[in-house]
Amino acid sequence: MDECCRTEIPKLLEVSDVVKEGKGQTSFFFEHHLDCKPGQFIMVWLPGFDEKPMAVSYLSKNKFAFTSQAIGKFTTALENVKKRDKLGIRGPYGNSFSIKSNACVVAGGVGLSSVSTLIDSLKNPILIYGARSKEHLIYLKRYKNKNMNITTDDGSFGRKGFTTDILEEVLSKNKKIKIVQTCGPEVMMKKILDICLKHKVECEASVERYMSCGFGICGKCMVNDKIVCIDGPIFNSKQLNQMSEFGNTARLKSGRKVSLKDYHLIHS
Amino acid sequence: MSRVLNQIYYLQGGGNGLGHSKSQKIVFPLNIFKNKFKFTKIKMLQTKLCNLNLKNPTILASGILGVTKESVGRIGKSGAGAVTLKSLCHEERMGSKNPTMFGYENVFLNAVGLPGQGIDSAMKEFVRLDNLGVPVIGSIYGYRIEQFGDVAKKMASLRPAMIEVDISCPHMDYGKPYYADPESTAKVTQAVKQNAGKIPVSIKLSPNVYDIKEIAHAAEKAGADAITAINTATGMAIDVDARKPILANKTGGISGPALKPIAVRCVYEIYETVKIPIIGTGGITYGKDAVEMIMAGATAVGIGTGIYYRGIDVFKKVCDEMERWMKKNKVKNLDEIRGCAHG
Repeated sequence: MDECCRTEIPKLLEVSDVVKEGKGQTSFFFEHHLDCKPGQFIMVWLPGFDEKPMAVSYLSKNKFAFTSQAIGKFTTALENVKKRDKLGIRGPYGNSFSIKSNACVVAGGVGLSSVSTLIDSLKNPILIYGARSKEHLIYLKRYKNKNMNITTDDGSFGRKGFTTDILEEVLSKNKKIKIVQTCGPEVMMKKILDICLKHKVECEASVERYMSCGFGICGKCMVNDKIVCIDGPIFNSKQLNQMSEFGNTARLKSGRKVSLKDYHLIHS
Repeated sequence: MSRVLNQIYYLQGGGNGLGHSKSQKIVFPLNIFKNKFKFTKIKMLQTKLCNLNLKNPTILASGILGVTKESVGRIGKSGAGAVTLKSLCHEERMGSKNPTMFGYENVFLNAVGLPGQGIDSAMKEFVRLDNLGVPVIGSIYGYRIEQFGDVAKKMASLRPAMIEVDISCPHMDYGKPYYADPESTAKVTQAVKQNAGKIPVSIKLSPNVYDIKEIAHAAEKAGADAITAINTATGMAIDVDARKPILANKTGGISGPALKPIAVRCVYEIYETVKIPIIGTGGITYGKDAVEMIMAGATAVGIGTGIYYRGIDVFKKVCDEMERWMKKNKVKNLDEIRGCAHG
């Protein structure tokens, strides 16, 4: 009967390092073992302020980190967190990406942080990464030895255009690719799913929604009948294709369903 | 024997896409067993709550999942006898900042701050509540007494199986709380009853009162059809490293196994005070907890935090465990043990 002793409580850990990754993107490191699979997330508590889900972006035996992009109040407040400050961590939560050979990973913006531990676990994956402009690109040094296809919306770095343009080309040329794994703006991921369906290639996407608990009881992160924090955040082609809300709507903290655009406006 | 039948039943119901012609001959006699088995299963746990006939006494308590239409369907499929929606009021509320909930050992603490899309938005989402495959209980509240009435009227138009009135959520500042005062409880009950038509109304009580019996009595006298007992007990946790309360709201409500003895005591006391049925809620995690609550006098049992400990299929697990206990102890139906701890 030890089921009735489940503990999910933030544990205060000292920030061992703070690394600026780009304009507004910061990684917070902890010298602590985290039993985590690629794609899983943690809940990060800034004591006395708020708590949010964050992808684990670096993972080694006794070290992990998450990368935050200053968009809303919480992520802006995180900018003031320094080395030796303490943050509350709980998790990891959620399911994980499949580890397969002949994978193609597509990331948009800070979504790269959600697939970075996946990239580290894969053998020679094809990488496609896009951001608005040069200053929004992260991990350029980290992945300088990987063959990364980079796009920027304004052409300030890499190729001008979108990740979806490159994916279309890659899938047309390379018939060996078995799976496309992605994280980024949901509109981008929806396009990627459509491209994968067209080319009959398996797709896995990491879906983001407002979360409170992280362990499947508050009911806030639902996308159709799926609970993102326990059924996801990684969903496969079949699941994504059945989700009418994917790429279209999301729920506010209150539970009201709104367009994705309004969701980002209100919750940022 | 029943276990064998059970296996046959599940083999049969497995949807393995067998052809029709050959297997049909085998299917027919098994279907008789299946029906027989189903019949005994229904009879054992079948529960009459006001005018509702529930397949089993487990009800999803308000506040856990129950935000969206599709989550209701999913919980219904996981075996719950009925599903209570997350409480709705006259306006949209975003609720508290995080952390809003966490658990340690057998304690679960939450202070979500009653987030909800509001009754008007929920009316568009749900349209109606009587066709979701499981009886749905609409949970409502308001800030002022007349708002309870207005929200009840709108909720009633969605045709829920029952309306539950949250007068007891400890997280909101109503001024003088309704849950702690028999007179206010009576006024809220009347306001809801006047607007609920024939839909039964249950008043959800708080344990954070000096005497829960007088509150239950006031609700019954004002026309309540049932009592839901109990809501969470107020509590708090401070992180000693952060030197701060963990909940953004600072204080919150305790649920989980730690709440059960308080809930059993409240249900026991209420059962001795009122004649209307009680939905016993608080810390029910295993089949034996449900049996205990029914022995204290509950007609049905609410399960909420049990999902955190045992998953969404906690309803099926609890029902199976109850059945096993009943068979072992030669109890044919729940009426035999209801309130048996009294006297």
